[in-house]
Amino acid sequence: MAKTIKSITNPKLRLEILTPQEVKKIHDATLWIIEKVGVRFPSKRALDIWAAHGAEVDHEKMVIRAKPELLEAALKTCPSAYLLAARDPQQDLPLDGNHVFVGTDGCGVEVIDIRTGLRRTSCLQDVRDISRIADATEEVAFHWVPVSAQDMSSETRGLHEIKAIWENSTKHVQTESIYNEREARAAIEMAALIAGGKDKLRQRPVLSLMQCSAPPLGHDGGSLDAALVAAEYGLPTGFMTMAANLTTGPATLAGNLAVGNAEVISGTALIQLAYPGAPVFYAAAQTASDLRTGAYTGGGPEDFLYGAATNVLSDFYNIPLSMGSFATGAKEPNWQAGIENSLSTFMASIVMSDMLLGVGFLHGSRIWSFAEMMMDCEIFSIIHKTMQGIIVDDETLALDTIAAVGPGGNFLSQKHTLKHMRELFLPQFMDRRPFNEWEIKKDDARDWALAKARNILDTHHPDPLEEKIPIEMAKIISTLEN
Amino acid sequence: MNEELFQKMAQSVLDGDSDAAIALAKQAIEAGIDPLEAITQGYVNGVNQVGQSFASGEAFLPELVMAGEAMKAAVSTLEPEMQKRGVKRTMLGKVVLATVEGDIHEIGKSLVGTMLSASGFQVYDLGVDVPASKIIAKVQEVDADIVGLSALLTTTMVKQREVIIELDKLGLRRKVKVMVGGAPVTRDWVQKIEADGTSEDAIGAVGVAKSLVGAA
Repeated sequence: MAKTIKSITNPKLRLEILTPQEVKKIHDATLWIIEKVGVRFPSKRALDIWAAHGAEVDHEKMVIRAKPELLEAALKTCPSAYLLAARDPQQDLPLDGNHVFVGTDGCGVEVIDIRTGLRRTSCLQDVRDISRIADATEEVAFHWVPVSAQDMSSETRGLHEIKAIWENSTKHVQTESIYNEREARAAIEMAALIAGGKDKLRQRPVLSLMQCSAPPLGHDGGSLDAALVAAEYGLPTGFMTMAANLTTGPATLAGNLAVGNAEVISGTALIQLAYPGAPVFYAAAQTASDLRTGAYTGGGPEDFLYGAATNVLSDFYNIPLSMGSFATGAKEPNWQAGIENSLSTFMASIVMSDMLLGVGFLHGSRIWSFAEMMMDCEIFSIIHKTMQGIIVDDETLALDTIAAVGPGGNFLSQKHTLKHMRELFLPQFMDRRPFNEWEIKKDDARDWALAKARNILDTHHPDPLEEKIPIEMAKIISTLEN
Repeated sequence: MNEELFQKMAQSVLDGDSDAAIALAKQAIEAGIDPLEAITQGYVNGVNQVGQSFASGEAFLPELVMAGEAMKAAVSTLEPEMQKRGVKRTMLGKVVLATVEGDIHEIGKSLVGTMLSASGFQVYDLGVDVPASKIIAKVQEVDADIVGLSALLTTTMVKQREVIIELDKLGLRRKVKVMVGGAPVTRDWVQKIEADGTSEDAIGAVGVAKSLVGAA
């Protein structure tokens, strides 16, 4: 089931959200911030790297200030395109600027249980189940750790999580839940088992690491160290800013973009200074904080604009983008979830963001819903179809057929219709039934989406790992537990 | 005459103007005005008015925070005068706040601190990445009524439980109420670690803290 992966490619739709002059202005503002205000790098290793390359380092405050020339030279060594490898090479994902791939979102703390429908704390079995379902869908191209395996020791949780995904899916794994050097090194050992050695892993990175920055203008020490380890072994790594208007960023959108950009770009430059040419990506999920509570909103017009603007920035630096879309703030799969997830994903897709994160969550990436996961997949399919635009040529103008039908009549029995009808979008979860048919059960998308997820879980059997690999992985994990 | 000054004090808080709040506090000291009166009849009215505008949906979080900061600036300017006169503000309670060990995320915790302090709590904010031992030492040192523990990661959230266990070992658990917060904190977690309260936002935290010290 679902060996093929659906991605948006060769789109016909376009959007100019920022002019080249505006991008340059944001870039200049970013360089000014990094040179004059500085960025916090609370890692000895990171500070040493900056110092060795001539940046001004305040060791006490752990803040670096770097000249624009240093930044720009470092960014030049970023590869512009590379591959996210999968256990199954047919499912490799080229990050080449001409594909939009969707992942599962992460990393939540609660799950709406697929059987009971009750909300509860997430555990390792949820990671297995979600991965298995994602493996079967053509919309999900790669995995994040969807929810936190809170029944596992916090010391090795991140390793149990990626093992669970590999055991249940042949697709690429990008973890956002490993943020210290120790776990990162173990994760590389585990990934090497799948790739067949560390050299092969460099050629076929079946794992990538995403790290969150600590806005405003800061990084997390453990995350920096983990990212440096990933880069050392050629695993793609990226820094994600979640700078939010009002709280961790200015109230204005341009200022918030500049703050986030300074975090991502400085982190990216650090990786390039340490390992020139290491595969890196830009990651972002900026939002606006709620005016009343200050909380993360995960939706709204600001998110939609960030979704489109950020890829323009990552294109300017010529690196792939992992963009936060979906992730509605709604508490259940409803009107708000539909609007937020559709518009955020559309705006991030129309500019060809390379990776979109991701399907499955409610309440701002905190509560996993299997129904939402399936409906998010459908949202992506709708956008995928929309992005193809309208093809205008002799065949699609269909003049012969139009002439054959003439005024009046209909097109139902035309050969041309038979030939092209399957190009029309056929929804899985939209209710197009007659009213009285609906009236019998009054069921809707949420019911059908959940039923589909349950059915996949009951029937889909992912290609297993070679028998010895999970055993070896468990050994690696246990060495960290003793 | 004092009335006019008190009104200006309230207005400085309403405007979130810390500089004006400090200048007015100095003026009050020079004029020999009772610092406690300056607080209760002046600045506190400003805080209350912002609170009301917030409740009715006219004011927003940044205005609350700025008002809280102006209030704090005024109080610390008046502090030496209060000591000189041997008077003390009646506080609702003492709160020790910290982001737990291994975690550097502090915006939510700092916001809670500002709101609690503006609402009449004495707040001791220990900052981020604070080990349990340091938190406990502060709790003992200031004889805290409440300890507030923040975490953003599920892997650091476990430290909230560690602090509770330590408090228990020292026989302090019944005396000190524990509030926990942060994005991964759920009601299940609060029950599991037997914390006394939680809130998803800073405004709600004030209500929880008040009820924990019997002031609600």
